[in-house]
Amino acid sequence: MTELLRLEKICKTFPGVVANDHVDLEIKKGEIHALLGENGAGKTTLMNCVYGVYRPNSGKIFWKGQEVEIHQARDAIALGIGMVHQHFMLVPPLTVAENVILGLPTRHEPFLDLASVEEKIFESGQKFHLKVDPKARIWQLPVGIQQRVEILKALYRDAELLILDEPTAVLTPQEVEELFLVLEALTEHGLSIIFITHKLEEVMRSCNRVSVLRDGRRVDTLAIEDTNPQLLAKMMVGREVLLKADKTDLPPGEVVLSVKELSAIGGRGLPAVKNVSFEVRRNEIFGIAGVDGNGQTELGETISGLLRATGGKVTISGKDATNKTPFDILNMGVAVIPPDRQKLGLLMNFAVDENLIAKSYWKPPFSKSIFLRKKEIDKFSEKAIKDFNIRTPGPEIQVKLLSGGNQQKVVIARELSKNPDLLIASQPTRGLDVSATEYVHKQLLAAREAGAAILFISTELEEILSLSDRIGVIYEGEIMGILPGKGANILEIGEMMAGLRRSNTGSEQPKKEAENASEASA
Amino acid sequence: MLEFLGIFTTVEFYIAVVQMTTPILLAAMGGLIAERSGIIPFGMEGMMLMGTVGGVIGSGLTDRVEVGLLLAMLAGVFIAVLYAIMAVSVGANQVVTAVALNMGALGLSSLLYVLAFAGGKGEVIEDVIRVRAMPLWKIPVLGEIPFIGKVLFNQYPLVYLAFFMAPVVWFILYRTSWGLKIRAVGEHPHAADTVGIHVLKVRYLTLIVCGMLAGLAGAFLSIGAFNAWQENMTSGRGFIAYTSIVFGRWEPIGAFLGSFLFGAADALQLRMQTQNIQVPFQVMVAFPYIVTVIVLVLSGKSAKWPAASGEAFKRESK
Repeated sequence: MTELLRLEKICKTFPGVVANDHVDLEIKKGEIHALLGENGAGKTTLMNCVYGVYRPNSGKIFWKGQEVEIHQARDAIALGIGMVHQHFMLVPPLTVAENVILGLPTRHEPFLDLASVEEKIFESGQKFHLKVDPKARIWQLPVGIQQRVEILKALYRDAELLILDEPTAVLTPQEVEELFLVLEALTEHGLSIIFITHKLEEVMRSCNRVSVLRDGRRVDTLAIEDTNPQLLAKMMVGREVLLKADKTDLPPGEVVLSVKELSAIGGRGLPAVKNVSFEVRRNEIFGIAGVDGNGQTELGETISGLLRATGGKVTISGKDATNKTPFDILNMGVAVIPPDRQKLGLLMNFAVDENLIAKSYWKPPFSKSIFLRKKEIDKFSEKAIKDFNIRTPGPEIQVKLLSGGNQQKVVIARELSKNPDLLIASQPTRGLDVSATEYVHKQLLAAREAGAAILFISTELEEILSLSDRIGVIYEGEIMGILPGKGANILEIGEMMAGLRRSNTGSEQPKKEAENASEASA
Repeated sequence: MLEFLGIFTTVEFYIAVVQMTTPILLAAMGGLIAERSGIIPFGMEGMMLMGTVGGVIGSGLTDRVEVGLLLAMLAGVFIAVLYAIMAVSVGANQVVTAVALNMGALGLSSLLYVLAFAGGKGEVIEDVIRVRAMPLWKIPVLGEIPFIGKVLFNQYPLVYLAFFMAPVVWFILYRTSWGLKIRAVGEHPHAADTVGIHVLKVRYLTLIVCGMLAGLAGAFLSIGAFNAWQENMTSGRGFIAYTSIVFGRWEPIGAFLGSFLFGAADALQLRMQTQNIQVPFQVMVAFPYIVTVIVLVLSGKSAKWPAASGEAFKRESK
């Protein structure tokens, strides 16, 4: 395979931070090359240098053997480099076709000729498994399809190299599989792909080679055949990583949360939670497994008072909590880690300390009558920053300036420092890298040992299996079955996640089926 | 009390509706293009004011209406470019900048008027100075149609231009690559930037177009429907034009209907004043503004603004 892109000793610094430190990288024609690293390792910065969003401080870029200068995105596009950013660069009210041709000269300038564009989009769609309705407006499309539009946009500009920045972060498992098929089709037609990720399975599943970045430096480049997830994790983090959580045996205590025949209507006006019943006890993590969009978010919201229950009953520590306000529920000893920390978990423009007291600022010791007590707040936030290892230049820094992992630490510090009786953790590791995920897992286990009952909602089956004492599987708003976490069978859970089979609600299951399942998995 | 209904039977009323719609419509079309690119066209009042004085000076000093129109456009563009420098290049708060410019234009227009007609001595001008105004253009054949011909086809050239602008703006926005760029820049400037569109250039150009049209709208007041100048001649029509845009949900056809509504309200209050109806004069003058408030209350909640409107665009630091 011939070389398409080569980076030589790329350096990029921001005030106070070295984002890229003499990075070399070589991309061959027709390969899928993973760029693996933790958040903040410099992956996106490096690619932004290639795409002309940033100018490197030093270093050289070679394209097809020729040294090139890339001053802005336009130059990169002209060379044949396309980039799909983590936050899509699509204009929501415009149609697919309009987004695709945006910025390009039309056939009869200045008149638009959308029909021929739509036809071309349709053809590329056929060729690369990228089926999209060219007349649809972006805001109407699910994120998985929007991502296809971004890829089509690059293809329409004759890209030979496609940079995908964390493309799977927003996708459901099925969409991830579809994306891999698209990428394979693209490489068959000679395109090269740089795949930015921090997910080890995806690297192993779909890439030809992998380059690992850590703290702005390239650790190594390896062929996939020569590596394994454990080795990659070690290279990425710089130390041995617990890919599986360390959990102690604890007998569950009294019931804290009891949900009986709960139903609720979701944002689209359709039933999202249907007749759900379960209990969570002290010292117990109850995991809710399921493919994203099956009502697990709404379930968490209904219990925490954000969504109205249309039927059923929620009891917390023996008290009725059905359709109470979020404030009342908060005062029942409930802590919530919401699924979207930027929208629901944090006030992004507020400082770290203000976020830390956001759910208790009106209470002593933080307030006295109408006055905030700066000293107490400082004392508390400094302790929280230390205890929860929040990496921030100081408590007065705006939360939006922190990395995703540290933002989540702020949420966790706020929620766990009040020693809750019940913790509702909804997708607490979404978008976090290996270290931060490991950290969140440790905190959840610590809360469990401290006596909290934990409702743990996640779409990552791996972490559900490694943390949960019991697992409820949700499909289209219904609990398909509840299983013990210890020795749970992945295949069985997978089938229930797809809505295929309902096991007995409880811990036992027919012996014969269990045997069959274990045979199948072996 | 009901005698005012007689107004609706006179052809003069309908001619007045068309003429009162014209300045609002011209400015609204310019403002609409600007706001679709992400700039709140709140400075239209100032652009229009400068247009009124530019028109009267050009026409008064040279005795040629074309010079008046040209000067009116330049005067509108002057404010528009000042606005662009502040709002687009510097990234200052758009509403605050626009308010400052509107107030500045109020004073500047008076100053320019005095300088032009008092021989630079800055004296107070007591008499109204009459200047040459636009002639009516009667369209052959169509102008002969009874009633409609008088209302629509025996009008000032700027009237035809204003009514022609609505479909033109629609076509530019939805059928050309220019319009696509304008819409993209107004909704998601970063996305536009990544595909190589010059965001700031697009915004400057739309504001210049806005300045030209608002300047002409001002000239229509001073040397179109009237032939002299008075202080604060627009009396808020720039803001009413903006209201028409909001009323029309940022669509050219909607803004056209909005302008028409306000034009009709304006014409009605003018006619009522001449009919000697037993309603205090101030109430009638306030009528279009009351309509404005009602319209904003009704349409404000469901209005869907161009997503990036009012936000300055800055690239990430390099």
